[in-house]
Amino acid sequence: MQALYAQLLVGLINGSFYALLSLGLAVIFGMLNIINFAHGALYMMGAFVAYFLLNLGGINYWWALLLAPIIVGIFGMILERTMLQWLTGLDHLYGLLLTFGIALIVQGVFQNYFGSSGLPYAIPDQLRGGMNLGFMFLPVYRGWVVVFSLVVCLATWFLIEKTQLGAYLRAATENPTLVRAFGINVPRMITLTYGLGVGLAALAGVLSAPINQVRPLMGADLIIVVFAVVVIGGMGSIMGSIITGFALGVIEGLTKYFYPEASNTVVFVLMVLVLLVKPTGLTGRAA
Amino acid sequence: MTTLTDDTLPATPRAMRDEMIVFVVMALLLAAVPFTGVYPFFVMQALCFALLACAFNLLIGYGGLLSFGHAMFLGTAGYCSAHALKVWGLPPELGILVGIAAAFVLSIVTGYISIRRQGIYFSMITLALSQLLYFIYLQAPFTHGEDGIQGIPQGHMFGVLDLSKPTVLYYVVLVGFLAGFLLIFRIINSPFGEVLKSIRENEPRAISLGYRTDQYKFLAFVLSGTLAGFAGALKVFVAQNASLTDVHWSMSGEVVLMTLVGGLGTIFGPVVGAFVIIAMQQYLASFGQWVTVIQGAIFVICVLTFRRGVIGEIAHYLRRSL
Repeated sequence: MQALYAQLLVGLINGSFYALLSLGLAVIFGMLNIINFAHGALYMMGAFVAYFLLNLGGINYWWALLLAPIIVGIFGMILERTMLQWLTGLDHLYGLLLTFGIALIVQGVFQNYFGSSGLPYAIPDQLRGGMNLGFMFLPVYRGWVVVFSLVVCLATWFLIEKTQLGAYLRAATENPTLVRAFGINVPRMITLTYGLGVGLAALAGVLSAPINQVRPLMGADLIIVVFAVVVIGGMGSIMGSIITGFALGVIEGLTKYFYPEASNTVVFVLMVLVLLVKPTGLTGRAA
Repeated sequence: MTTLTDDTLPATPRAMRDEMIVFVVMALLLAAVPFTGVYPFFVMQALCFALLACAFNLLIGYGGLLSFGHAMFLGTAGYCSAHALKVWGLPPELGILVGIAAAFVLSIVTGYISIRRQGIYFSMITLALSQLLYFIYLQAPFTHGEDGIQGIPQGHMFGVLDLSKPTVLYYVVLVGFLAGFLLIFRIINSPFGEVLKSIRENEPRAISLGYRTDQYKFLAFVLSGTLAGFAGALKVFVAQNASLTDVHWSMSGEVVLMTLVGGLGTIFGPVVGAFVIIAMQQYLASFGQWVTVIQGAIFVICVLTFRRGVIGEIAHYLRRSL
């Protein structure tokens, strides 16, 4: 039973990353109509920025949690201003190709300087150790990652679904021209939205640094799984992305316990099943 | 949906004649390669990728479907051909058939699944499916995991053509490539190809005209996947191995890059693109990971400034369809 709970926890942690990343993808897709293939590379950049902050600037984990998403978010906004904005009105696939190119550049540069091996990032002192919950031993840091991700996901949901700013955002998704006519600066909002989505990816990167080590290719395979998550959940609803992300993480964790051989593939197999039964994805809006 | 090529000219007899002339020139140039002292291995490798890119282009350029998983057909056909040749000891022609058959079956299954979603979702689904296959091949015993299938015997094709001789192998690969290319050329200019183009331009309208667009897209997917498998089977004889590299997502990305550089939706573009990218890899091999960075930069530059690709630009300048 201990092993089962441990795998469930690992699943919840992976689920947190899936949720944070697919949430960002959904937000970006809503505003920019672009599937951000660079999302995995920007997630990796988040982890590297945290690593640099600690080792070059002596800035600790807590500040990195705040600064890394901001720094990577600014980097993302520069990408949006200099490149992505020129794709407005073109076929969706060009956005995918452009961001794929950006991902190759970013990952290639980091691989050149850091190889393919992992760099260690220590768990902050306050989150070391573990708690005995009676039925299992819970490492504090892992519990923190799950709780904190959940809070961030719900805060993002609240921001988009329940605030004035979110209302503008949703309106601009539906009809940008009309929203511009009301005097709202839609291009700036698009840039900020991209920054927000990218920042969420970077935040996931910082959270994962102490667990998975900091590697140039840490996001390359992850983004493909997240794509499958997005296909399963659909990008129509924010809450849908969050729930699908966590749920698939848990299912993956359970698979690791019951049938470890399939743990790499279970998300893809589920995607196939969902497509066969309900081609529009679980949240149901056709693309 | 915005169009991929802004000025596709209709397939007039004159355009067909132009294209046939270019085809004959290309075939003659390629046939002359062994007499020029160019390293044949390089050209053979490029020809395999050119066929793969042409097959990929059939789907994106004429059907408007961006597959991000075409490596799965290349790799699957490669593994199955290699296994048939090495373990079952089949002659080359049957080995190739086994590879093609495997890609055919795979494209039916994956096409049935992925064609259910449009546009960007289709790309993500094909990418996820190829990643699924990657993990299966990583664990399956017959692929030998990280090692791949090594030292594949080339054998005698039809009992007479000794494929271990580079020149013989070169002409066999060339004939295979030209046959595949002509088949794609024929498909594009057939009534089926015309319907496919109309779906790319305006799917709702094609539906309203009474075409079952899903069936057309499915057939295009199967043709594209099977031809990609043919490329994979030929590649086994050139490389004499089948490995995980051929199924990896980065391979799917390279195929996209080749077609993009040459020109999406052009007939000769993918061939030019394949030669450019393979040559680049050859000459820049010593730069390590910078090759990836350069490839990424080419993606970015092509998408931002050069969406027609090399052949697309030439065709646009000459106002011809190439």
